[in-house]
Amino acid sequence: MQRAIALVDCNNFYVSCERVFQPGLEGKPVVVLSNNDGCVVSRSQEAKDLGLKMAAPWYQMKGLARRHGIVAFSSNYSLYADFSNRVMSLLSRFSPNQEVYSIDESFLDLTGIPVDHTAYAQQMRETIRRCVGIPVCVGIAPSKTLAKLANHVAKKNSRFSGVCDFNGMNAVELDTLLASIEVGEVWGIGRHTAPRLQEIGIRSVLDLKRTPAKRLGARFSVVFERIVEELNGGACLELDDVAPAKQQITCSRSFGTLTSSLPDLEQALVAYTTRAAEKLRQQHSMAGGIHVYIRTNPHKEDEPQYQQNILTPLVEPTDDTRSFCRAALHGLRQIYRSGHAYQKVGVTLTHIIPAANRPNTLFDDVATRQRSHALMTALDRVNRRMGSGTLKLLGEGTHQSWAMRKGNRSQRYTTEWSELAVCRSS
Amino acid sequence: MANLNSNFPNPARRANHSALLSLTHPNKSMFERQRALLRKAVPAGFPSPADDYVERRLSLDEHLIQHRESTFFMRVAGHSMRDLGIFDGDLLVVDRSVPATHGCVVVAVIDGEFTVKQLLYTAQGKVLRAAHPDYPDIAITAEHDFSIWGVVQWNVHKV
Repeated sequence: MQRAIALVDCNNFYVSCERVFQPGLEGKPVVVLSNNDGCVVSRSQEAKDLGLKMAAPWYQMKGLARRHGIVAFSSNYSLYADFSNRVMSLLSRFSPNQEVYSIDESFLDLTGIPVDHTAYAQQMRETIRRCVGIPVCVGIAPSKTLAKLANHVAKKNSRFSGVCDFNGMNAVELDTLLASIEVGEVWGIGRHTAPRLQEIGIRSVLDLKRTPAKRLGARFSVVFERIVEELNGGACLELDDVAPAKQQITCSRSFGTLTSSLPDLEQALVAYTTRAAEKLRQQHSMAGGIHVYIRTNPHKEDEPQYQQNILTPLVEPTDDTRSFCRAALHGLRQIYRSGHAYQKVGVTLTHIIPAANRPNTLFDDVATRQRSHALMTALDRVNRRMGSGTLKLLGEGTHQSWAMRKGNRSQRYTTEWSELAVCRSS
Repeated sequence: MANLNSNFPNPARRANHSALLSLTHPNKSMFERQRALLRKAVPAGFPSPADDYVERRLSLDEHLIQHRESTFFMRVAGHSMRDLGIFDGDLLVVDRSVPATHGCVVVAVIDGEFTVKQLLYTAQGKVLRAAHPDYPDIAITAEHDFSIWGVVQWNVHKV
């Protein structure tokens, strides 16, 4: 039986979420900016048409934005996460086998579902549009790599009305289509690889599809053989229905204002470490090391630049926020140099293992470990029930002068009682 | 109850175990209680006659929300729906997935603004009707930028 894998992708997801609660922005150019309003991370079609590039630094775009009345939002991740959960939950009704691939993309296995897949995908689009107000496009193909491309076609080419099913095309039609897509669009081929492929004459997706795997094998990694096979319709990648536990957990952010003070950096570091440790416990893991890095603002070329990182190993794998913070602060003090205006600090938990596999060590102190476990459990429990940050280490500080700039964040319409949308009755 | 969350990600199972928690001995340390739960054992003593009757407590969410994914809350501002019992500051439970039929109370978008009104299909077309004598009907014409955002299922009013 022919495999049919659908990739459902939300259009301009963050912008679309904003528009649900501000319907007046329909048809207007809208962008969402990254943390600290640094750069553009989501653009409405109208903003794309004005020539606004993805990841463009916002301060360079302000003139253009003013001229065209572009509406810019700071990121409202609570809102996007809630909408993502709603979308994924709706999609799960359409297939018993779903892989949530990112905040706005999901694979669904439609193999063997005895309906017309194009009509079925239109039904998905209609359901999501009606229930949550988010527009999506669907690509269907025999492999995940092709499904990604089918989705790309569905988005770019309005003649498909948002659904492109490669399985419904004959070989000539499909190859003509693949010949019109640049090789850089293929899933897994990065910015750096595309020019190298072009050098050896592989320009379009069709070129890559027709390249004998052996020819690539010598020059490129073995991953390419898999990509070529997927382009030829062989499904090498299965759907992972359970997200694999992360091997590294990172939490880093830019500051609202640059700071050169060590206490500010320390507070931020404790806050990010706390967040990373929460994520670690959520996935039932422990970590054996913590990596800290700091850097100045690379866009301010006239100021002295500095960046440094350090890995601090822990005596034994743990999931205790306090142990991580101690290690992280120790690391920070090693690499901190005064006299620099720092823009960013980040932590990564490394050497992650499942909590159940934690080895017993010579210095095991069972009583302390049990107390730590109980404390962390209580901490997470309180913060889950009473709101994130209710209980925290004092090291985070009570007045966070370094906190993120959220100049124009919309209301958290779905996660905060005090920020509900208002409906006029007048 | 949530001290077991990390062990039981499944919400249904979590709920069952939360019920059990209240049956364990209150003076035990949290860790011991948790261990006790994991073994599904109740500390020695007389078995509670209520053991077999532990059920989940009623939840308003379950009662008010039929479709979890498509239900949103909104706050009312204004008095135009007074006669249908919707007052300034009330909390609306709005479902986007329900079809808007004649006579429903809806959240509509007119020229980019949310408004709550009763939707009527008349011979002249769609009409948004207030529930207050001071507010005239709004006939939906082609000039309006109009859409139905969702259907109001419940109004939560503080007494």
